[in-house]
Formats: sequence, C-alpha cells, structure tokens
Amino acid sequence: MRILHTFSVRLSLCTCVLRREQGALSSYIHLLPCVEMAGKPHTPRNSILPGGISRYGRSAMYSRKALFKKKRIPVVASKEKKSYFKVKEVKGEKNGGRRVVPLKKSPRFYPTEDISRRLRSLKKGRPVRLRASITPGTVLILLAGRHMGRRVVFLRQLDSGMLLVTGPFCVNGVPLRRVNQAYVIATKTKVDIGTLTIPAKLDDNYFRRSSTKTKAGSSGIFAESKQGYSVSDIRKEDQRALDQQLLPLVKAEPSLKQYLAHRFSLSHGQYPHQLMF
Amino acid sequence: MVFKRFVEVGRVALVADGVDKGKLCVIIDVINQRTALVDGPCTGVRRQAMNFNKLWLTDFKIRISPSAREKQVRKRFVEGDIGAKWEKTSWAKKIAMKNKRKTLTDFHRFKLKVLKQQKSRILRGKFNEMKHELKNSS
Repeated sequence: MRILHTFSVRLSLCTCVLRREQGALSSYIHLLPCVEMAGKPHTPRNSILPGGISRYGRSAMYSRKALFKKKRIPVVASKEKKSYFKVKEVKGEKNGGRRVVPLKKSPRFYPTEDISRRLRSLKKGRPVRLRASITPGTVLILLAGRHMGRRVVFLRQLDSGMLLVTGPFCVNGVPLRRVNQAYVIATKTKVDIGTLTIPAKLDDNYFRRSSTKTKAGSSGIFAESKQGYSVSDIRKEDQRALDQQLLPLVKAEPSLKQYLAHRFSLSHGQYPHQLMF
Repeated sequence: MVFKRFVEVGRVALVADGVDKGKLCVIIDVINQRTALVDGPCTGVRRQAMNFNKLWLTDFKIRISPSAREKQVRKRFVEGDIGAKWEKTSWAKKIAMKNKRKTLTDFHRFKLKVLKQQKSRILRGKFNEMKHELKNSS
C-alpha cells in the first residue's frame, strides 16, 4: 500500500509538473517513475584536480562506473601473425644463398642494472598570472641580476609568464629583456605607452639563448672553444627602434627620465615593507 | 624645570596608540592612577576609560566640570577652537608631515631628493660667497 501511495503521489506530481512551463520540467524529472534519460550524457564521474591528477583512481572509478555490472565485450585480436624475420639473399658461393634475418636487430649491449623508467606526467603548468599592480607602462624596480636596482618600463607579459621590460636602453642601459615578476617591485608610477607599438616578434623565442660553441669535429679536438657573447645587429636595431618610440613618452613626464636613469637603493631607516612604491 | 601640562579635568590629550591613534580627546575624569575617563566628541573618540600611557598631554585645556556630559565637552571644545589651534602647533605639523611622507611613492621620493639637493646647492653657494666676502673685507 505504501509503495502504491508514493507512486500515486509521484504521478500527481507528474501531472502537476506537465502543466508547468517546459523549462521547469527538467528540474522535476528525477521524480518521474521509469523515465529514461536517453541521449543525454551525464557529467563525467571523474574530474581532474588542480595538480593535473584525477580525483578518483582506477579502482575507485571501477566501482563508480559500476563496471562489475556491465558486460565486457572482449576485443577479438586480429589473427594476423606478425613476421619478425625477413629473408635476405646472400651473395657469394657456399653461403647458402639466403639467410633469415630478424627485422629488429637486438642490441649488442645490455645494462647490468635495470633503470626505472619515469612515468608520463599528465601535469600541465597553469598560465602565470600577472600581478595586479603590473600593467603595461608600469615602472618596475629590478631586484636581481646585473641590472639590480634599475628602474625599467614594463611592456607586456610573454607567453612563458615572464615580463618584457626595457630601460629604455638609451636612458639607463637596460636592454629589451625578460624578467621574472618575482624579482621585481612594481611602483605606482606609470608611463603612458598607449601609443607604443611593440613588435610581435619580441617573444620568448627571440630571447632564447643561441649556443656560442662551435661544432665539434670541424677541425680536430681542440677546435671547441667558447666564443664570447656579442649583441647581434638585429637586436641593436630593434632596441633603437623601440627606444625612439618610448623616449618621447618618457620625456613627456617631467623628471621621469632622470628617475629612470637612477638606481634604487635603501638608505638608513628605510624598510621596504614600510615603504610605498 | 617647571611642569606646564598636568593631568586634570579638561586637559586636551593626544591618543598615542590604538584605534583612535592621532586623535585629540579631553580628560573628563581621573578614574585611578593609571586610567582616565576621556571623550572626544569633535574628533570621533568615544567616551571611554583610557590608560595614561596611551595619552600624550597637550598645552590645551578646556573648562569643564568633572564627568561633564558630551554636550558640554563639545561646546567648550568648539568655543576654545581647539581643533584649529592644534593644527597650528609644530607638533601637529610634524605628525602631518610624517603621515604625508608615508604616502610618498618611489617617484615622489626621488623628486624630493633632487629638490633637496638643489636647495643645499644654493645654500652652500651662498654660504661660500659670504665667507669669501668676509675674508676679503678683513
């Protein structure tokens, strides 16, 4: 009786629901008895956690998917036999004429100890978020490297997450450069670089290091000598072109050029955590 | 040395610490050796018991009776023009300067440094001029 009663309640609910708008129907659909949701795929039972790891393991997913209930259709392996050998003709007398040779040559050397292979990682790096205080044109203070303490102008963020900055070179000697935003203090000072066009070719590839070593074996063992790094003419030209655009924008603000030319330093009684930048 | 500022009813004091730091208040009553009842209706300090080591006494005093009501305190404070008088003191100016310095950005600090250098250059030049004049005349 009780079951019947609940069933009737459900039916009445159904009729009531049917009278309603079409859109609201979907929210009551779980109350309907024996309605199959054909054609509608459910949401995935597994999800990927921020680290790139799936939430449920293989075993947990087996029970969640109820694979123990489902019939497994075994995949019939094709019965084609792979040939591992081939027949090679051998010339010369008393050589038998032909020989069976393995397709894949087995290695002549085996390591004495097993080397454990690294598993394939599914982790993906997330795109680096730019600090809110850093926007195009922001004056940054570099904290590390050979240009430590220099004030530079931020141009844009590269795909790798690093910041594209320049002194400008003609003002303080800092060339077009990539810097990590962790090694930078963002100031409140901004240069209006709205009119500046930064060439698209200034990307991560542009700044990639080219090997300075000469190829081995070109002329003996002693040929491998290091050549010093020298700035290419292309880079010089790019720098000059950008500086030409940037310099008038810097000069528009009084004493900004002078500011960029000076290095930042702390004096007595100044603590960076108490300062405003 | 003669003391000029005393803990007394009506003494205007500066709150040295806490939520009301930097605000003026008036001593309404002395509760015990450590605490006073203070009120600052014009400056936003609520009537409360406050430790004396949180209070810095100023030169100002208003005429109120002990445990005077807020209305009275406000009236005397406005009549005495304490707020404006306080702003004129070098003490208040120093505090204002300190707060202003805290809000300076790196660029501001740089510009200030340059101006200071210019100022001292002018002063030095003048000083040397006068020194030479004195030397030549004697």
